[in-house]
Amino acid sequence: MELFRIKKDIPFMSYGRITTAISLITFLLAIFFLYSKGLNYGVDFTGGTVMEVHYPQAANIDGIRKAIDGIGLKDATVQNFGTSSDVLIRLPLKKDLSIAQLSETVTKALQATDASAEVRRVESVGSQVGDELYSNGGLALLLVCAGIMAYLAIRFEWRFAVAAIIANMHDVVIILGFFAFFQWEFNLTVLAAVLAVLGYSVNESVVVFDRVRENFRKMRKANVVQVIDNAITRTISRTIITHTMTQTMVGSMLLFGGQVLHNFALALTIGILFGIYSSVLVACPIAMWLGVSRANLIGDIDKKDSDKKSANKEGAEATP
Amino acid sequence: MNRYPTWKYILVAVVILIGLLFTIPNFYGESPAVQVSATKATIKADADLLKKVEATLQLANIKFNGMFLDANGVKVRFENTDDQLKAKDKLIANLGKDYTVALNLLSQTPNWLLAIGAKPMYLGLDLRGGVHFLLQVDMKAALDKAAESSVGDFRTSLRREKINYFGIARDGQKVEVKFESADEVEKARKILSKDYSDLTFNDALDGKEHVLNATIGEATKRKIQEFALKQNLQTLHNRINELGVAEPIVQQQGFDRIVVQLPGVQDTAKAKEILGRTATLEIRMVDEDKKDFATLEAADKGHVPFGDELYKNRDGQPILVKKNVVLTGDRITDAGPGVNQQTGRSVVNVTLDGRGAGIFKNVTRDNVGKRMAILLIEKNSTEVITAPVINEEIGGGHVQISGMDNAQEATDISLLLRAGALAAPMEIIEERTVGPSMGVENIRRGVHSTLWGFATIAVMMMIYYMVFGGVSVLALGVNLLLLVALLSMLQATLTLPGLAAIALALGMAIDANVLINERIREELRNGNTPQASISAGYDRAFDTIIDSNVTTLIAGLALFMFGTGPIKGFAVVHVLGILTSMFSAVLVSRAIVNLIYGYRRKVSKLSIGQIYKPD
Repeated sequence: MELFRIKKDIPFMSYGRITTAISLITFLLAIFFLYSKGLNYGVDFTGGTVMEVHYPQAANIDGIRKAIDGIGLKDATVQNFGTSSDVLIRLPLKKDLSIAQLSETVTKALQATDASAEVRRVESVGSQVGDELYSNGGLALLLVCAGIMAYLAIRFEWRFAVAAIIANMHDVVIILGFFAFFQWEFNLTVLAAVLAVLGYSVNESVVVFDRVRENFRKMRKANVVQVIDNAITRTISRTIITHTMTQTMVGSMLLFGGQVLHNFALALTIGILFGIYSSVLVACPIAMWLGVSRANLIGDIDKKDSDKKSANKEGAEATP
Repeated sequence: MNRYPTWKYILVAVVILIGLLFTIPNFYGESPAVQVSATKATIKADADLLKKVEATLQLANIKFNGMFLDANGVKVRFENTDDQLKAKDKLIANLGKDYTVALNLLSQTPNWLLAIGAKPMYLGLDLRGGVHFLLQVDMKAALDKAAESSVGDFRTSLRREKINYFGIARDGQKVEVKFESADEVEKARKILSKDYSDLTFNDALDGKEHVLNATIGEATKRKIQEFALKQNLQTLHNRINELGVAEPIVQQQGFDRIVVQLPGVQDTAKAKEILGRTATLEIRMVDEDKKDFATLEAADKGHVPFGDELYKNRDGQPILVKKNVVLTGDRITDAGPGVNQQTGRSVVNVTLDGRGAGIFKNVTRDNVGKRMAILLIEKNSTEVITAPVINEEIGGGHVQISGMDNAQEATDISLLLRAGALAAPMEIIEERTVGPSMGVENIRRGVHSTLWGFATIAVMMMIYYMVFGGVSVLALGVNLLLLVALLSMLQATLTLPGLAAIALALGMAIDANVLINERIREELRNGNTPQASISAGYDRAFDTIIDSNVTTLIAGLALFMFGTGPIKGFAVVHVLGILTSMFSAVLVSRAIVNLIYGYRRKVSKLSIGQIYKPD
């Protein structure tokens, strides 16, 4: 089976304006939603308590709400999740009640109204911890960007490094935009997913850049646009197959992973979909506009190649 | 050209074999067990205990599947949880309070595997159920307390030297002493800075008042904080031992936090109660004028003499103790059981810090022949642990408390003195509880995600790339095997996000194989021979695989460095997954391909799916 029967190089770069425009619009929309709606941070970041309660029968949401109101916790949210017998209760931080007491009193109140209530999971986070996680998360994001840029700058060229990081930050912002728009809960596991996407998506750009570099060496007569078009065309089938495979795994997590992994898998899904797009159709045009050329890319490679030439067949191939 | 030297095949085979060995323990499952361990450091869980446990179980007619002794105590396996629970009750009744009996789950891994160090993966609390607490030690309180005790010390020193002051007060962590003249300030400074060299003294003029300010220096502050944390850790350790938890974790995190993980604990209320208990020690004088039976009797009925408080000692006898506190427990730096050389009786050796030693010397000098009471104060109760008679003036800060009935009591009391109290209050700032059913469910979810995802990928790869797809799937299988083996070997904590990372690692690792297969197809499309295409495909894809994995690795390492909790669990597996995938995708898949195609005389066609050639 061969899905991609491409006869000629697809002129991806001539669509550069359109694809970048689409990117820019999605990006701005994401920023807009992040600004207007904000992220719906989970207790990991805001502090507070989440309790997962299981009942042997369908849960009586109103009864639970009343029981919690009864102990003076009026700003609690109670909702079903998954099945009708599972309930998720969210409680914001209380100044006069310590974390330890909060879950205790709620458990007692619930079991007083229905003795069969089984508290399956409690997550309580104090405000001190939340603030720290917040800054550590930001720091991790910065470090990932710096590390990747440094590596790409050394291995390729600064233009590629800049292009790749812009393309991938754009993915990150779009994922966050989705989370803001749908008000999905943003917690620590989602942050892990976002950072993993960053690494994964750069990997995508690297594969294309690798080809671009190789093409500059082989296609001596072609211009920059042709070189990039050819690189994308020749890697597109790998790009799509790889992403389909990864997405299969993530899809499996969406299906079987349950509530804890749900948002994690969602973030990955968005990341993978936009990752294909941005690493190819955003990173390459940016690299092109930044002025990537044979001279600044092959310049240093020729040096390396000359050592290899005698041993390596590649040297022979490179001469037309 | 597509042949590996023999050592490479052997390398791959050996790695896979080791992988298998270390993965196997994960399939044996667990059996219910009971763990018996000693509560006190002086009591050893030894062969005698083993016999005792065995006898108890045989007497009660409870069947067990085996029993052994390890560093943590005696462990007994059972067929089912019924027997396990029955055994626990019997053992608690028979062994008394010297031992704790905890329910546990033991892996059924056979001994020959355990002997080479192969153990199942270490599951995090979200997968096996339990409670996780993060406690914050109130360092400000610890420092305030230190400043507060300076107030009393200054008073004593200044009185001794007959220096007049008209006010002494604590303002946060600063102690202010007010004098009438600058002369007195100077005198006081001389005395105090000699006695308390760890404090910094400054004088100031506040209106007409001459003030001497004492502040705790940075180095001392750090010392106080370190001591407070260590003391609290020790206290928590001892308290958790009381709970009877199989494999508790009590660890320092950062400079002022403590992580407590109690696997399998369901009664969070009790756990919190025990952790949050605040206990302090005090040394006070016994009111020797009021020790007659009638007075005690009256006091017991509510007529407590002025300036005294009524407490009971460990035997339940009432005792009247003065309200005035001589020393608090935080002056004790160490305590241990010992034997008096002359009498041969058990004693407790206590070491006091410098200031405590000074106070103790003065008090004992003035009170020879009288009794001194050591009180343990907890939330709702105060108990006189012991009230020994002072035989002579004791200087130097080394105190021997006699009057112990036996070595056991000496050990108990030194433990209480050493770690009965918290040096500073603590607050629970994070709590995560996962029920046992939820843990099992989480494992099921993680495993199902991985297996279904893997199966689907396997089918798609084999349809699309035929034999080469099959090779990729084999390589991916080896990747999974090695990842699980590595996690088992390192005993890294596996959490649900970690399980997700395993799934994701496989989803991403397939990329390397797709790259290789696509490259080989391209070489064939360009008209190269099958053998040359294989060789060129692997060689060319290699650089790209390295580049793309390094960037992913950078992201993984950053996650590891800055992540806490779920993120860290994810990061560990993510990073390990990248490493194993490089090995399996490149070396293992190449070895298989070489074995399939490398030794044929003539290969006319590769089974890598249909290759489309544009005209």
